[in-house]
Amino acid sequence: MSTPLSQRPPQPVVGLSVAHESADPHVTGAALYTDDLVGRTTNVLHAWPVQAPHAHARVTGLQTDPALQVEGVVRVLTAADVPGVNDSGVKQDEPLFPDEVMYHGHAVCWVLAETVEAARLGAEAVEVAYEPLPSVITLTEAIEQESFQGGQRTVTRGDAAAGLERAAHRFSGEFEFGGQEHFYLETHAALASVDEAGQVFVQSSTQHPTETQEIIAHVLGLRSHEVTVQCLRMGGGFGGKEMQPHGLAAVAALGAVLTGRPVRLRLNRTQDITMTGKRHPFHASWEVGFDQEGHLEALRTTLTSDGGWSLDLSEAVLGRALCHVDNAYYVPDAEFHGRIAQTHKTSQTAFRGFGGPQGMLVLEDILGRCAPALGIDPTELRRRNLYQPGQSTPYGQPVRHAERLEAVLEEVSARADLTTRHTQIASFNATSPHRKRGIACTPVKFGISFNFTAFNQAGALVHVYKDGSVLINHGGTEMGQGLHTKMRQVAATALGLRLSAIRLAPTRTDKVPNTSATAASSGSDLNGGAVKDACEQIRERLTAVAADRLGAPIDDVRFSDGTVSAGDTSLPWSDLVKHAYLERVQLFAAGYYRTEGLHWDGVRMQGEPFKYFAYGAAVSEVEVDGFTGAHTVLRTDIVHDVGDSLSPLVDLGQIEGGFLQGVGWLTLEDLRWDTSDGDGRGRVTTSAASTYKLPSFSELPRELNVHLLEQASEDGAVYGSKAVGEPPLMLAFSVREALRQAVAAFGPTGHSVELGCPSTPEAVFWAVDAAREAAQRDGSGAAAPARTVGARTESAKTDPAYAEGSAPAPTAGESVVTGGLAD
Amino acid sequence: MSPTEITVNGTTRPCEAGPHTSLLDWLRGQGWTGAKEGCAEGECGACAVLVARPDGPERTRWVSVNACLPPALSYDGQEVITAEGLGTPTAPGQQAALHPVQREMADRGGSQCGYCTPGFVCAMAAEFYRPERDGQTPQDPTEHDHECGPNGFDLHALSGNLCRCTGYRPIRDAAYALGDPDPADPIAGRRDSAAPPARATEISGAGSTFVRPADLPDLLTRLAATPDAVLVAGATDAGVERNLRHTRPPVVLGIDRVEELRELQLTDETVEIGAALTLSEIERGLGGRVRLLDQLFPQFASRLIRNGATLGGNLGTGSPIGDAAPVLLALEAALVLASVDGEREVALADYFTGYRQSVRQPGELIKAVRIPLPLAPHTAFHKIAKRRFDDISSVAIAIALRLEGDTVASVRIGLGGVAATPVRALATEEALTGHAWDADTVARAAGVLAQEGTPLDDHRASARYRSAMLEQSLLRFFDEQGRARAKPLPKDGEGVRDLYENAGEER
Repeated sequence: MSTPLSQRPPQPVVGLSVAHESADPHVTGAALYTDDLVGRTTNVLHAWPVQAPHAHARVTGLQTDPALQVEGVVRVLTAADVPGVNDSGVKQDEPLFPDEVMYHGHAVCWVLAETVEAARLGAEAVEVAYEPLPSVITLTEAIEQESFQGGQRTVTRGDAAAGLERAAHRFSGEFEFGGQEHFYLETHAALASVDEAGQVFVQSSTQHPTETQEIIAHVLGLRSHEVTVQCLRMGGGFGGKEMQPHGLAAVAALGAVLTGRPVRLRLNRTQDITMTGKRHPFHASWEVGFDQEGHLEALRTTLTSDGGWSLDLSEAVLGRALCHVDNAYYVPDAEFHGRIAQTHKTSQTAFRGFGGPQGMLVLEDILGRCAPALGIDPTELRRRNLYQPGQSTPYGQPVRHAERLEAVLEEVSARADLTTRHTQIASFNATSPHRKRGIACTPVKFGISFNFTAFNQAGALVHVYKDGSVLINHGGTEMGQGLHTKMRQVAATALGLRLSAIRLAPTRTDKVPNTSATAASSGSDLNGGAVKDACEQIRERLTAVAADRLGAPIDDVRFSDGTVSAGDTSLPWSDLVKHAYLERVQLFAAGYYRTEGLHWDGVRMQGEPFKYFAYGAAVSEVEVDGFTGAHTVLRTDIVHDVGDSLSPLVDLGQIEGGFLQGVGWLTLEDLRWDTSDGDGRGRVTTSAASTYKLPSFSELPRELNVHLLEQASEDGAVYGSKAVGEPPLMLAFSVREALRQAVAAFGPTGHSVELGCPSTPEAVFWAVDAAREAAQRDGSGAAAPARTVGARTESAKTDPAYAEGSAPAPTAGESVVTGGLAD
Repeated sequence: MSPTEITVNGTTRPCEAGPHTSLLDWLRGQGWTGAKEGCAEGECGACAVLVARPDGPERTRWVSVNACLPPALSYDGQEVITAEGLGTPTAPGQQAALHPVQREMADRGGSQCGYCTPGFVCAMAAEFYRPERDGQTPQDPTEHDHECGPNGFDLHALSGNLCRCTGYRPIRDAAYALGDPDPADPIAGRRDSAAPPARATEISGAGSTFVRPADLPDLLTRLAATPDAVLVAGATDAGVERNLRHTRPPVVLGIDRVEELRELQLTDETVEIGAALTLSEIERGLGGRVRLLDQLFPQFASRLIRNGATLGGNLGTGSPIGDAAPVLLALEAALVLASVDGEREVALADYFTGYRQSVRQPGELIKAVRIPLPLAPHTAFHKIAKRRFDDISSVAIAIALRLEGDTVASVRIGLGGVAATPVRALATEEALTGHAWDADTVARAAGVLAQEGTPLDDHRASARYRSAMLEQSLLRFFDEQGRARAKPLPKDGEGVRDLYENAGEER
C-alpha cells in the first residue's frame, strides 16, 4: 500500500516550518563535531603533515629519524607503512604518500605524537630532499602547454557553424574567472581507533562515508566490512567534504592500526586551504550569434577547467558545466567543448553547484556583455531567450515545466517592482556623479540528479521499538543543510506520528551500506524516498494489525498524529505497536529508493541525466562607489521553486545561504596563487581568513525578500518537493549583472561592460574607469547619466525591432566585446 | 602566589596551561567544546566567548573576545562565559533552558551547520548586555542605521563572526528581535559589581614564562632584564604569530591590566591615550570627541578584536598596514616611550624607521599616545579593502585639513599600505598647503598623491589600484567636504567642540 512518491497524506508533518533538529544543541554549544570527540577519548595521538615547499618536485630523500628524536613523537607515517594501496582517490591518481610532489603544500608524510605541538615540531624535524621540477600554475600556462588530464567532452546540437553564419549579430570573446575556497567553518577532521577485534572505526567529517570507508579499506588492505565510518555532523561541507576527507581519514586509520592508539587528524585552516581542493576556476572562449530580435541562434564555446594536480571529480564537474551552459535559455545550435587542465595546484573538487555555476556564468556573462551591443535591455534579452514548453536542452532532455521559468521571472519582477525601480535608479544616477546604482534580473534552471546514474539510489533503516518510539537511520550526512530535519519530518509523515516521536541516529556505514555522497542537492530526494519506503513497509504491516484490532477494513485504517483510527474507533500508536510485537510482526525495515527514468550517455553527452529541473529568479539592486569600486547590495528579491517544501524554514535557509555564497564567489572571494618564478611559486597566497575574505554581514543585502514559488508540486520527488541545496547559489548572478548595470551608468549610453570575476572592488573600479574613459571619448562626460535604462526597457517591450531601430544600436560586436566579430 | 585559576560558567578551575596555550585550547581541553577553532587568527569568531572586564571601578562589562588569541594565563583569576554557560539544551528528563539570544537564534533558523553558532551567540550576548543599548529606534536614518536594529542592537557587534551557511539574514533578525535582559538574569546582575581584579601571575613551562607584572615599574624592570620579551595585551597580533607562524617567545609579559598604561587624559593641550586601553575602551572613553578616531573605529577589524586590541599593540608591531598609524599620523600624534630610565616623547612621524622597525629601544615600551589639540576640523579616514567589515587595508588614507577661508592652512595626510612603514604624504601636503581649496588644486594634488609611496602588487590589490586609490581618496575627500558643507551643522555635545579649532564655524 505504498503511496505515490509525491502524494502527501492529510495533516502531513512535512511542510511544517520547524527549526533545525539540532538547533538547541547548536546554540548552546552542546552539538558535537568530530574534533570535539578528542577530549572525550583517551590516549589520543595527534597527526601533523610534512608539507612540501615546491609546486612540483621529486622526493629524492626522506629522513624521519630526526623527528623521532623530538620528545613526544611516536611514529612517522610514510609510503612504506601502507599495507594496501598507496592511493587516496578513486582514479588511482592520488598517492597518499607521494614520491612526486604535485603542488605546493603536498603532504609527503605525517608525524604522530602525544601532543599537537610535538607533532608539529616532529614535522619540522623531518628532512626531505627535493629535486624541483618545472611547474604549470595558471590556466593560461596549461592551455599554452596543452597540459590536460582526463577525457574531453562535447555537447552538440544542430550545427553551430551554420547557426553563427545565419546570425544577424555575432560576437566572440574570452572569459576567465576564479574558483572558490569552501571555507566550511569546521576544517577537515578525522578520529580513528581500532577495537579488540581489529575493526577500524573512523569518525570523519565526510559527505561520503561509504567512499571514505572504501578508501580507508583499500589503503589498509582490508575489506569494507572491517571498516566503519561515522559522521555525527559536519560544520559545513559545500562539496569540499565529498572526496577530500578520504585520504585524511585513511592517514588517521593507518596511524591507529600501526600504533594501536586512537589517532586524531585535524587540519588547521592554513593546512585546509593549502592542501584540499576548491571550486574549479574556468576559462571560456566563445562565439555567439543572435537573430534580429536578440534570440540566440548559436553558441560555440570551449570551457577549460583548472582541475589541479589530479582528476578527483573534475570530469563530473566538467560534465555538469557542459550541461548547464544553456542555463535557462534555448540555444538552437550548440557546440560546447570541455577539457580539464592539469596544473600544479590543489586538486579542485566538488563545490555547491558542481560545475553548473561555472557553465551558467559563461552564458550570463555573454548576455550581459552583448545586451548593450544589441540595444536590448538585459532583462528583456534574457526573457526573450527563456526555454519554452516543448523545447529540449542541447544534450537532449526535454525541459519539463519550462513555463515555470517565465512564471518565476514575472513573479520576481512584480514583487521587486522592477519597472518602477528602473526609473528610480535612472533618476538617482542622473544626479549622482560618483555613486551609481544598477538593477538586474537573472533566472536559474538547474538539473537535479547525479550525472553518474548509479549514485541515484539510497537506503534507510527504520526501527520501531516496543514502546512505540522510532529511530531512523539513513545514508545521508548532515552538514547544516537540514537533511536530518527533513528526514524526521518524512518519517513522521509516513508513520502518522508527531515529530517528537522520531529520533535520528548519526550516519554510519554499518547501519546503511553503499551510500551515495550527500551531494548534488539530492540528499532529501534520495534518502527521503528510502526513509519513506522503510516507514511504509512498517506501516503496511501495522495496518493489518490495526484493522484486526479496530474491526475495520484495511482500507479504512488511518495513521495520523500518533493515533491509528478507522471510522469512529481508534487506538494510540504505542498500543498498536505493543500488540504488533506480541503478534510477532516485524517492527523494523530497510528502505530503498532509486530515481527512475534516468538515462545518460556520458561519452556522447546525450540523454536525460536529470529527474527534473529546479527553477528560480532573482532581482538585485546594487550601488557602486566610483571612487573605489566598493559596492553594496541594497536589495534582493528571490522567487525560487522548491516544489512543495518539505520544511520551509530549512529551504529558506538554503536559498538565502546559497545566494550569499554565490555573491561571495562572484564579487568578493579572490583565491590567489603565487604565479611568479620565485621560491614561492605555486603557493596559495590567500591561505587564511585574513587574506581570503568570505561574505560577512557587510555583504548581506540591506533588504532580502525570498518567496517560494507556490503550487509547484514536483511529482517525481518525495512528497512533491524539490532539491534546494545548490540551485540558489546561481541566483547571485543577479548581483554581478546589477554591478555591470551600475558600472555602465558611469559610461556612455550603450556601453558594454567587461567585468572581472570575482568582481571585487578593484575589478569594479577598473570597469568604472573604462566606462568613464568611454564616456569621455563619447563626449558625454564622466557623469553620463544612465537615464535610458528605464526607458530602454519600455521600448524594448513595445518595439521588438528596437535593436535595429532607434539609437544607440551600435554595430554589433564593434569594440564592445573582446575580439568582436562584426557581422 | 596563588594557583592560577579561571572561572568558567560559574565554576572555578585550576589553569595549568603553558605560556603558549590559548584560552580556546585550554577551554576545549577542559571539555568546554562549545567554542570552536575556525581560523585561529581572530577572523571568524567561532571561538568567541564572554569575559568580565572592568567598567569603571564599581562595575563589570561583559565583552566578547576571540578565545583563540590570548594566552589562557591572561585570564588568571578572571571570569569567562561560553555558550554552554548561557543556556542548556533539552536533556533527558529536563527542559531546555535557552538564553534569550539562543532562543532567538534557534527559532529563527540562525544556525545551520551550527559550528559558528556558539561564537555568534557569545558575541550577540555581549551586545545584549551592553549597558548603552537603550532599546530606542535610531533617530536619524543614515547609512549607519542599516546596521543598527530597532532595539539598539549594533550589527557591528557581529562584524567578527563569519557564517558560511545562513547568509546572515536570520541572524540579523534574531539580533534585532532581542529585548532587554530580565531583571533576574544573573549575568546582567553581575554587571553591578566590580570586575575581578588583575592578578600578578608568573608561570613557567616548556622553556617559556608568562608574567603579569603587578604595575608599570615591575613591568619596566622585567622588560629591562628580558628585552626580547613579547608584550601582550589582547594578543590580537601575538596570538596570530603563535597560531599561524608558531612563534614561541621565551618570555610573555601580560600588560592588559597594568593601570598606568590604561589612562585616558584630556587636557587643554592634548588627548593622551594609554597604550593598553582597548580600542573599544578608547571609543567609549572619548565619546566621539576625536572625529577621525571615530571614523577609524568601525573600520578597525571587528568588535571582537577591538575588545582586545590596543593602540600600543597596533603601533608596537610596526606593521605598515595597521589602520591606526595613518590616522595618528594625520593627527600629528606623538608616542610616550617608557623604560627604567624614564620617559621620552617621539613624534609618530619619526617613530618608524623601516619594515617593522622603529626608534624604540630594547627595554622600552609605548606607554601612551598623545594627540595635540586643537584638532583639525576636516577629516576623513578612507580604508580600501575587499570587504567593508573586518578586512585588512590594501591602502588606508587619513586626512586632517585646516582651512583659512577657502585656502588650505595646513593638511596632514597619513598613508598605510604604500611603503615599508606608515608614511606621511609630504609632497601632497605641500601641493595643497597655501593653495585655494578648490577642484583644480585638489585634482593637481591628487595626481601628486598617486605618486606617493611605492605600492606593491599582492593578493589584496595591484600596485596600480593602490596608486589609483590614493588619487581617488583626495577627490573623494573633496567631494565629501562639499556635501558636508551643504548640510546643516550637526549637533555636538559640549566638550566635543572644544577640541576643535574654528569649531563653531566648521562643524
